[in-house]
Formats: sequence, C-alpha cells, structure tokens
Amino acid sequence: MTTITPPLELNTTTPPSTRKIVSNPLTDFRRVMGNALIITRREVSDSFRDWRILAPIIILTFMFPFLAQFVATQFTNYVDSFGARLIGERTVPFLLMIVGFFPISISLVIALETFVGEKERRSLEPLLSTPLTNTELYIGKTLAAMIPPLLSSFGGMGVYMLSLFFGSYQWRPEFLLVVQILILTGVQALVMVAGAVVVSSQTNSTRAANLLASFIIIPMALLIQGESIIMFMAPDAESPRGIGALWAIIIGMIVVAVLFLRVGNSIFNREELLGNIIDRLNIRGFFGKVFRYARAVDASGTPAKNIVQFYTKAIPYSLSQIRPAIKITGIVFIIAFVAGALVAMLPAYRLPLPSQDVLLSARGQLHEFVFRVEVVPMGFIIDQNIRVVILTFLLGTFSFGVMGLVIPPITLAVLGYISGTVFVAGYNPIILAGSILPHGIIELTVLLIASASSLAMGAVVTRPPKGSTVGHAWTVRLGDSIKLFIGIILPGLLIAAVIESIITPRIALWALGMM
Amino acid sequence: MIECHNLTKDFGTFRAVDNINLTVPAGSVLALLGANGAGKTTTVRMMTSILQPTSGTARIAGYEVSESPAEVRAHVGVLTEQHGLYERMKGMDYLMFFGRVYRIDPHETRRRASSLMEQFGLTFALDKRLGEYSKGMKQKLALVRAMLHNPPVLLLDEPTSAMDPVSAKQVRDAIIELQKESRTFLITTHNLTEAQALANKIAIIRRGRIIASGTFEELSRQFVGDPTMELRVKGELNGFAKELSDMVTVEESGVDWIRYRTAQPQNDNPNVLRQAMGHGIEVITLAPVTKTLEDIYLRVVTEDEGKTEDLS
Repeated sequence: MTTITPPLELNTTTPPSTRKIVSNPLTDFRRVMGNALIITRREVSDSFRDWRILAPIIILTFMFPFLAQFVATQFTNYVDSFGARLIGERTVPFLLMIVGFFPISISLVIALETFVGEKERRSLEPLLSTPLTNTELYIGKTLAAMIPPLLSSFGGMGVYMLSLFFGSYQWRPEFLLVVQILILTGVQALVMVAGAVVVSSQTNSTRAANLLASFIIIPMALLIQGESIIMFMAPDAESPRGIGALWAIIIGMIVVAVLFLRVGNSIFNREELLGNIIDRLNIRGFFGKVFRYARAVDASGTPAKNIVQFYTKAIPYSLSQIRPAIKITGIVFIIAFVAGALVAMLPAYRLPLPSQDVLLSARGQLHEFVFRVEVVPMGFIIDQNIRVVILTFLLGTFSFGVMGLVIPPITLAVLGYISGTVFVAGYNPIILAGSILPHGIIELTVLLIASASSLAMGAVVTRPPKGSTVGHAWTVRLGDSIKLFIGIILPGLLIAAVIESIITPRIALWALGMM
Repeated sequence: MIECHNLTKDFGTFRAVDNINLTVPAGSVLALLGANGAGKTTTVRMMTSILQPTSGTARIAGYEVSESPAEVRAHVGVLTEQHGLYERMKGMDYLMFFGRVYRIDPHETRRRASSLMEQFGLTFALDKRLGEYSKGMKQKLALVRAMLHNPPVLLLDEPTSAMDPVSAKQVRDAIIELQKESRTFLITTHNLTEAQALANKIAIIRRGRIIASGTFEELSRQFVGDPTMELRVKGELNGFAKELSDMVTVEESGVDWIRYRTAQPQNDNPNVLRQAMGHGIEVITLAPVTKTLEDIYLRVVTEDEGKTEDLS
C-alpha cells in the first residue's frame, strides 16, 4: 500500500480570536472580484468548449452583421427612390441595435443553464462547499453568463459599423448615439441575466425556467420596439448629444438592473439553492402563513389572542418592523411637499387665486355649498383614498417598493403646491390650516404608513433578513401589511373621510368667519 | 475536531435534523448511518456551513459554522452525494481550478494533485476529459478534490459507493493513513461492513434524531447483548444443554451444537469446556458468534420504530 505523504502542511486551525481582520473597501472589492473571476474564467472557457453556444455566437458575430448591412443599404436605397431617405437613414442605427440585441438574448439561455441547470443537476454543491462567498459565486456566474454574448454582441456591432463605415453607404453616425446603443446593449444583457437569476429562484427545472423566462424576454422585446420607435421618431434623433429619451431609458434600465442584481444576490445563497424547495404551488399554505402573520405579535408568528392584544402588541410590532421605511417615506414626503411649494413660487406655474377679500365676500355661498353636499364627498373621499392605497401596495409589490414612494408623495406635492399658492396669494395661513389639518393629520399619517409598508414589502425581496428566505420574508411582510391595512389604514381613512366631509368644512368656515 | 450541540434544522414545518449532539475528536472516524432521508446529508451540509442551523451549534476545526462559514469551508474537505464534476474539463484542469478557489499556490496544487491522483491510481487520467471517466474514477477524483487543500476535517458522503473492490480498498487505506495524521472524518454510508472497519465511533440517525451512538463494542453490548458462544461437539449432547443453563444463558441448541450467551466469556468458557469433558463429550470448536454492525443497526432501528409506534 502506498501511503499518502501530505505535500502541504496540515491545514490546521488558527483560533478565530487571534486573527486580525484588516479590511478596507478596495481590498474587499479586489478580493471579491478576484474570487469571482476564478469562477468566470472557468465558466467562460466551458461555454467556449460547447459548440451549441459557440456556433450561434460565431454566426451572429460574423454573418448576421453583413446581412443587416445588406438590408440597411438595400432598404435605404429603396425608400430613397420614393424620396423618403430619412426613413432609411434611421433604419441604420436601429439595425445596429438589433445586431447587438440578438447575441445578448443568448445570455438568457446561458444564465438559465448556469443557474437552474446546475441547481437541477445538484452539481453546485462542491462549489458551495468552498470558502467562496455567495456574492463571489453570484458575480462570477453573472459575468460568465454575460461575457460570451456581450463579446459577440459588440463584435457583431463592430463588424456592422465597419462594413457601413467603409462600404458604399459611408455611414458617419453621431458618436454619442453609438455610445448609447452600446450602453443599452450592455445594460439589457445585465437586466436579462440578473432577471434570469430571479426567475431561476422560482423553479428547480430548466423546463419551468424557460417558460418563466418569457417574463423577461417579452418585456425586453417590447422595450426594443419602444426604443426603435424613439430612434425613428425622436425630435432629437440626430442630436450630437444623443437621444434624450434613450438616456432616460438607460438610467431606468440601470435602476432595474441594480434592483435585479440585489434581488439576485439575496436569492443566490446556499440556503435557497440547496434547501428542499419543491416546484409545488401551496396556495393553502401560503394564505395560512399570511393569515398567521397578519395577526402576529412577534417574529415567530404568535397570533394575537384578542383585539386588545392586536392593537397593543401586534400593530406596534409591525410598525417597529417598518421603522426604517417610515423614516425614508417621511423624508420623501417632506421633499415632495417642499418641491410642490417651490413650484408654486415660480410665476410660470402659479395658480391665479382671487384675493382674500373676494373669498371672504363669497363666504355665504361657500357655506350653502358645503352643507348641501356634505354626504356626497364622504363616499368619494373613502373610495379615492382606498384606491390610492391599494394602487400603492400593488405597484410597490411589482417595483421592489419603488412605486410606493411615487404615488402617495404626489398628494404631498399637490398639497405643497396648494400651500405655496395660498401663501403667495397672501391668504391668512389659518384658512389653509383649518381646511387641511383636521383630517389631514390622520390621512397623511395613514398614507405615510401605507407607503412605508408598501416600500418595506417590496424592498424585503432585495434584502431578506439574515437567515430568512426571500419567500418567507415577503410572506411575513405581506402579513404585516395586511395587519396595518386592517388595523390602522382602513379605519384611519374612514375617520379621516368623516372628518373631511363633516368637520373640516365647518372649521374652514369658522376660520373664514374669523377673518 | 467536530462538535455539535443540539443541532437542529427545519425546512418550513418539517424538522429534518432534530437536536443532534456529536463529538468527533481529531484523528478519529465517525460513521453516520441511516436510511435515505434520515437527515445525514442535511447534517453534513450544516457542518460545511452550506445550510444554516435553525438552532444549536456546530464547531468544525475550531470554527463555529454560523459565525465563520468561510473559515469552516476552508478547513473542511467534502465529498458530496453528487460529485458535480465539469465533464468538459480535464482531470488536472479541474483540480487546478479548485486549487485556485482554495487559494493554493499553483505549483503546490499541481504537486499535490499529482501525488493524490497517483495514490488513487488515476495518473493516466490526468489529461482526460471528465466526461470520459468511469463512475468509480469520478468518485475518486471527487475524493482527491476534497483532499486537495489538506483539510483537517473530511466529511465524506458514501465515499466508496460507486467503486470496485480494489478502488474501495485504496480509499479505505487512504482514510486510515490520513486518520493517523490526526485528521477527523465523518463518513455517511450504507455500507455497514465498511463503517465497521473504518469507524472509531458509530452514530445511527433516524428521522433527524441520533437514536444510538458509541463504539461498535458499546453498541453491540447495548443493543445485541452479551457475546454469544457456539460449542460444537463430536456425537450427541444428550441433555448437556440443560446442565449448562445453570451457568450461562442457553439461547438455542441442536443435536451436536449449542449457543449460549455470557457476560464473562473469559470465566465461563473454561468452565463449559471442563464440564463437557467431564461428561466425556469431545469438543470440536468453541467460538464466538460474530455480531455484525448490520445486526446492531437493524436492532436499533427496529427498537426505535417500536418506540415511535408506541408514542403514536
């Protein structure tokens, strides 16, 4: 028998207490990227060993651009014969975008294979047993899914541009337009790969993942269509500064990519990948869990025993859970209010108001109006406010909470604008205070909680608490949101509507009577 | 060294591992036995910091799995149930890749990889693509990968399951050698003969709970009872079995043989022989009836099943 003589010193333990951890962001970044690139290098070279990946990449890099160039030249000549050269000219950059987009669509296939395929085959485990962190693995695999298609994409675009530049067409595009298309292509690849990771988290089979991938490819195809329309019709289509709308799309896509990357990074963890996840829809279990957390007084889901405990323990617990979101929302509300007020200061946007004397002279008519229609607004107010809150929750859910910070602040911006306008018109502030504060204190508080709850529910997906899965964290947060909706938001809106339709008008008139 | 205290893992409402307590000192081998789905793999995954324990603690090579996951993984070699080999890579390239992941100097990785591959008779396959490897070769390569960074703790899931007898022996010999170098092993296996041969300590897991643990001798005494002896004679026993029952516990007997149980074979066996010769019985053999780990395992599991049924 041959004995093993260890060529290395035994990898013995260094007691954790004696180790000095020296860390700075740059060193950490270099270490993370260094480790991630070990994975990337292996996976990229593995991809290039697979003819099924290599063949389309070569075809799309070296053959498709010539086809696109041929089409561009022929089409331009054709429409030119009808005196519509502009259409032909604008087709050229559009085809550049298409030449770039086709190869990056392969990144989706590679990403699904890299993430779900390995998950399905359970071949990730040896890699997960190494000291690499989840983030390093995630970055490594994301880059590996992006690099071959992006190389092909940029290569193809280069071939296309060169053939048009030096060919008979003699195309001289605006530099920034080309830059825009290159950036868009890169960001779109990133969104697709990051989206593929999110999709892959919902399934354990490539078959299901491919089906779910339509949630990525269809919006992306629609986006390409939108971008093509912009490239054809934008008034600044030939501006040397690039097309404004495309810059806006680039920024939007970067935001989406960052959000997807955050979600993907939180999903791509050892627990989620190797936990006993089964592709089974357990609606009953889901609703059971939501119902439990909608009554919970603590993190383990202990239900409140009665309504007193619900209000003294369960609601304060949920409010404490969304405290950071309340702070952020509060700041956004203040900014929206101030922004609205500042707009009212600008003469161009100011609303012309009658002078305070005119208002006071119309007091009698106002009195009659308020008391004649007092019942009608109540239903309208409730309906309107509940719609805003529900829309906030729904949009917040599908936008990682972002839209939760868009819709309610609009109210604040309008309020700020009205306040600013009234202030500029020289009205006594008591009139405004009397018209808003009685119901506004409740309504705005409730709106703040709704908005913060929506933000917390959407954002928890991007960063679930330590030790919790994304699914569990989201379900718990949904339970919290329902609890707050039933316990505070709905009753608050009802009370505010009653005050707004009955008490506020009287206070407002009283305030006017004081003038 | 491996130490687990009340280690528990829940998947939703399902408890996969239930309050496991284990200690495996340096230089010893623990065999973790259990049926499929008993919780072996989940336990190993918690020990490698792949899964976070729901409660309890595990300290591997001096590091707490929840607090220092990267350090734990750096000090553990794992042979996983699925080997996860990259079929398009060559043997050496594959090991070089893992060497980079473990931050080992490339020259050192190459040297160590060559040495280990030679140890397992795989030198000829270093430049072959892994897709061309046989099942046993893949298993051995995965084992080489687990040992590549010279970890003080090795967690091996079915280390010889796909191997031919010669390869399996190579692996067993390697484990024995490495054990002498103070390395700690936890082996999960269905091969009870192998477990008996390699393990200093055995733990049996069922439905996530350790239902028995100890050395083979301890388990044997606890679950199978005192050693059983078999006496074979020339001719007939003629009621000798009845006479012996005053001295030892006779389990069963035939015309020319008898099986008895004794807590003190060193005292009772000479007396049995003396008495037999006194009766003019010619003894052919007196030998212990071998108890296997399989006997113990089946007894432990059957007893636990009985307990579970009683409870339900």
